[in-house]
Amino acid sequence: MQTTAVPSTAVKPTPKPRFWQRLSFEETFWGWVFIIPAMLGFLFFHFGPVLASLALSFTSYDIITAPRWVGLANYQKLVTDDLWIRSVEVTLRYVGLYVPSALIASYAIAMLMARNIRGINLYRTMWYLPSVVPLVASAVIWRWALHPEFGPINYPLKVMGLPSPRWLTDPNWIIPSLVFISLWGLGNTVLIFLASIKGVSPSLYEAAEVDGAGPWAKFRNITLPMTSSIIFFQLIINVINSFQVFGVAYVLFVTQPSASSAGPNNAALFYVLYMFRNAFGYFRNGYASSMAWVLFVVIMLLTWLLFYSQRKWVYYETEGK
Amino acid sequence: MGMKLQTQIGRFFAYLVLTLGGIAMLTPFFWLISSSLKAPHEIYQFPPVWIPDPPRWENYAEVFQYVPVFRYLSNTLLITVLATTGIVFSSSLAAYSFARLRFRGRDAMFAVILSTLMLPFAATMIPVYILFVKLGWVGTFAPLIVPSWFGGPITIFLLRQFFRTIPMELEDAARIDGAGRPRIFLTIILPLSRAALTVVVVLSLLHNWNDFMAPLIYLQKRDLYTLALGLNALQYLEGGRDWTHYVMVMATMMVAPVVIAYFLAQRAFVEGIVLTGLKG
Repeated sequence: MQTTAVPSTAVKPTPKPRFWQRLSFEETFWGWVFIIPAMLGFLFFHFGPVLASLALSFTSYDIITAPRWVGLANYQKLVTDDLWIRSVEVTLRYVGLYVPSALIASYAIAMLMARNIRGINLYRTMWYLPSVVPLVASAVIWRWALHPEFGPINYPLKVMGLPSPRWLTDPNWIIPSLVFISLWGLGNTVLIFLASIKGVSPSLYEAAEVDGAGPWAKFRNITLPMTSSIIFFQLIINVINSFQVFGVAYVLFVTQPSASSAGPNNAALFYVLYMFRNAFGYFRNGYASSMAWVLFVVIMLLTWLLFYSQRKWVYYETEGK
Repeated sequence: MGMKLQTQIGRFFAYLVLTLGGIAMLTPFFWLISSSLKAPHEIYQFPPVWIPDPPRWENYAEVFQYVPVFRYLSNTLLITVLATTGIVFSSSLAAYSFARLRFRGRDAMFAVILSTLMLPFAATMIPVYILFVKLGWVGTFAPLIVPSWFGGPITIFLLRQFFRTIPMELEDAARIDGAGRPRIFLTIILPLSRAALTVVVVLSLLHNWNDFMAPLIYLQKRDLYTLALGLNALQYLEGGRDWTHYVMVMATMMVAPVVIAYFLAQRAFVEGIVLTGLKG
């Protein structure tokens, strides 16, 4: 991005000194001084802890007594731990359901908003407002809105004689319900997509119209490719975040850190929830750290895979430079 | 002509979806406020009651008898204000350095900071907790405030982008007058960046006000609870009473400031979202 590789037309006898050869001591000094807090933060709250959790994952550690080396035992235990397997299933189901639906729905809404709509400000506010609602409040609202007997969601279903699901107590409905609750906050993503769609240069559409392109062709050949880098970024962010769902499930299904279940049949036992329970409910910090590292590696691999695959489908304007 | 009709239908469809969907998005707010004004029996009524009759405004007064709302509020405000001050201060310093000072290793250090954006929170949670246990800070507000004084990738990135747009001439002129970097930062860069700083402040206020997981980990005692923890705990309060309408009152009191803040600083909210979402 930063490299401005301008092919020099005239052959210069003396190459321009690289910028650090012209650096002043004063600038270097203050440059480092100003980033000291941020670099310390990186060491103490990011880099250090990631390494520490790798080390901890090979130990058994309850904080009170010294950590005891157990080798790979924690990792071996993971694969035979039914609850861990359950938590993987639950999380994957959620990610698989939430990420595509959130991205597609947000993009569709943003496309509608990108037409020259009157009162766009009002619409934007309506759609965006739920995404600022605190997660605990959102969980509390939906617990009652989704109440099978007295909630307003099931009321019309009952009136029309349709089956009225027990959203938050039927194990099969729990994940879809949580996805639904999260989708209430999709306004965030809508605004991001809206900004990127609006940012596509009008001249591209004009040129396409001259060539007789219809709405679908314009969408397929201009809008989609021109916004693909933002779609890609949102995809990554959403995947990373939804692998770590915790709060909503905790508020709705867990009464205390050591509670032994998360929803009927552990249907809301998300990965991070189970990790949290091991660390802060049972003080199994070594075991929880091994879970953390598995999650970390999976997310990194996935991110890498997405980055790798993006060459095929993401268009960057700077390409070829 | 057919083309025109097609766009007409398209527009109608857009308005229809956006309006109906928008109303649907706002309905839970209405449900929340309505439930907060209900008598306990109205909560358990079929068909659901939308407009409580009469609205029980006294719910709002009563909740203060059972829940130390002011305590929760002052805890939340204390954490939010101190953490926000910290993140703005530390991030803007770093962002200034990354944006405008030239030194060896700068871009590498910036990349290092940015890389933490991709780092899952879960991967660092346990060792950071242990660190705070060893420091004796668990059960105090420190774990929720101190990390903010060491910068954050999103805020640094955002401010750096903005600082880069400030003309270099301003800084050069001040340097000729003999101003040092700290003074330039305080008297030129910060005052010119009010818009960007507002965005960062808004994002941080929102994050700290809404945060649930970190307070849950670090604040076990009830008198240290934030509003989010207090609201969660209220759901499970025993005592043979039905608390649901009070839960709704407290949820309303937690949501209202955020909604009001949105209307006051709409631009900062929208810009913050868009800027953090657009580029990785």
